[in-house]
Amino acid sequence: MDAIFTANNVWMMVCTALVFFMHTGFAFLEIGLTRQKNTINILFKNIFIITVGLLLYYLVGFNMMYPGFAEDSSGIFGFAGFLIDAPANGMTPEYADGGYTWWTDFLFQGMFAATAATIVSGAVAERMKIGAFMIFTIIYVGLVYPIAGSWKWGGGFLDQMGFYDFAGSTLVHSVGGWAALVAVWLLGSRIGKFKDGKPQAIPGHSIPLATAGVLILWLGWFGFNGGSVLSADPELTSLTLVTTCLAAAAGGVIAVLVNFLKYKNLDLTMFLNGILGGLVGITAGADVMTPESAILIGGIAGALIVFAVAFVDAIKLDDPVGAIAVHLICGIWGTLAVGIFSTNPEHTFLIQLTGVACYAVFCIATSFLIIFTLKKTIGIRVSEKEELEGLDSHEHGMDAYPDFRLNEH
Amino acid sequence: MKKIEAIIRKSKFNAVKEALHQVDVNFFSYWDVTGLGNEKEAHVYRGVSYSTSDIQRRYLSIVVNDDFEKITLDALLKAAATGEVGDGKIFVSDITEAYRIRTGEKGGATLKKISK
Repeated sequence: MDAIFTANNVWMMVCTALVFFMHTGFAFLEIGLTRQKNTINILFKNIFIITVGLLLYYLVGFNMMYPGFAEDSSGIFGFAGFLIDAPANGMTPEYADGGYTWWTDFLFQGMFAATAATIVSGAVAERMKIGAFMIFTIIYVGLVYPIAGSWKWGGGFLDQMGFYDFAGSTLVHSVGGWAALVAVWLLGSRIGKFKDGKPQAIPGHSIPLATAGVLILWLGWFGFNGGSVLSADPELTSLTLVTTCLAAAAGGVIAVLVNFLKYKNLDLTMFLNGILGGLVGITAGADVMTPESAILIGGIAGALIVFAVAFVDAIKLDDPVGAIAVHLICGIWGTLAVGIFSTNPEHTFLIQLTGVACYAVFCIATSFLIIFTLKKTIGIRVSEKEELEGLDSHEHGMDAYPDFRLNEH
Repeated sequence: MKKIEAIIRKSKFNAVKEALHQVDVNFFSYWDVTGLGNEKEAHVYRGVSYSTSDIQRRYLSIVVNDDFEKITLDALLKAAATGEVGDGKIFVSDITEAYRIRTGEKGGATLKKISK
């Protein structure tokens, strides 16, 4: 028993490290798809999210996400107290069916928490005030994410209802995605993104970095999904990794194919977004899918990406990295797909849809409240001069590439 | 024919491009340059403030017929200015000849748009 407990915990800790490493992926992807004059700003936001997000989780997040709802409680909000305090059996196999220790539980979940804000970081890139973003992150990661998470993973009302989200298509990706949508709407598009109503291309400054970012994210997903098994169970973990990777591959291939049919070019960034869409799409049910379903879910996610990116442009929203398409649209799709394809007959489309709707209402309302208040008080958008000359020199007084500069726009 | 060389702020490039387009000047080259000038930018690196007089600008090289000289300069001066130190400079020089490589023709007509 001890050996299995150790093996389980080791796997969970490895997964913790892999999920942590995803932040590198996000950072590279975001800066690769944006202009170099804003690189320091974007990296700053990402580093802020990792560090402050984890501290917030230590301060309030963990105990708000896993408050230990009483039998008769409504399962909507609970709080087990500030700071973290391991329970008496926390380091024994009793704690989580021998899956991991309490410390591992805290850290693994803590690594997930910051991801929701990272999604918003990409969507608001190149024009949001850093101060406003930091305040938004603190409130959203500190309070909104844990409350939302408690409804399912914390044993709250959605869990009681039978709603299923294996690794966070909804709890992480669409929670971030809704906020990204609201933020992008309130922020407005970058100068020059729309001309006479038509979307203009603003190419990113480093496609190699963006590519590295996506591959790093895929690697991190081995831990994101593999660790959500919450043990090192051989069958479940290996199945999960298979469905995860197949969905990623299918997502990429279908995305680039659909893109080619629609626009007649082989677009690498769509290929990359498609991979991410597939990954997000399988995340809700990676452990309850057959390989065939995984490919189908990933493929459909890939197709959705192409249309979603076009749709976001069509409704005049500016999303530099496709965060809304990847995380919101595919997050919703992945969640609903559980109701359609899951090998577990207890998962139904209706329950999944209910969950999606609950999160939509909660996340739109809270993110709107936070960002709108910020907009009306300290302002959320940098000045025109700052935006044109780059956030790096104005918000940070620094240069990401002081030694060499590529031709900028 | 005249060569008009303008060193402008990068943030003004789109406005300048648009202004030149409005006066039917659609043919020029541009590249990013680093230069020394009057403007100082304040930078901070690991606790050390330094103002750099190595600043980033965009260099435009526009060759126009004589009758376009004034209209091009007016457009440039208006679109590229912000009123702050560091707006840039414009230099005008004479060009003795111009050729279109594709056909080998020479003269001022080569600077005009090709009529289909």
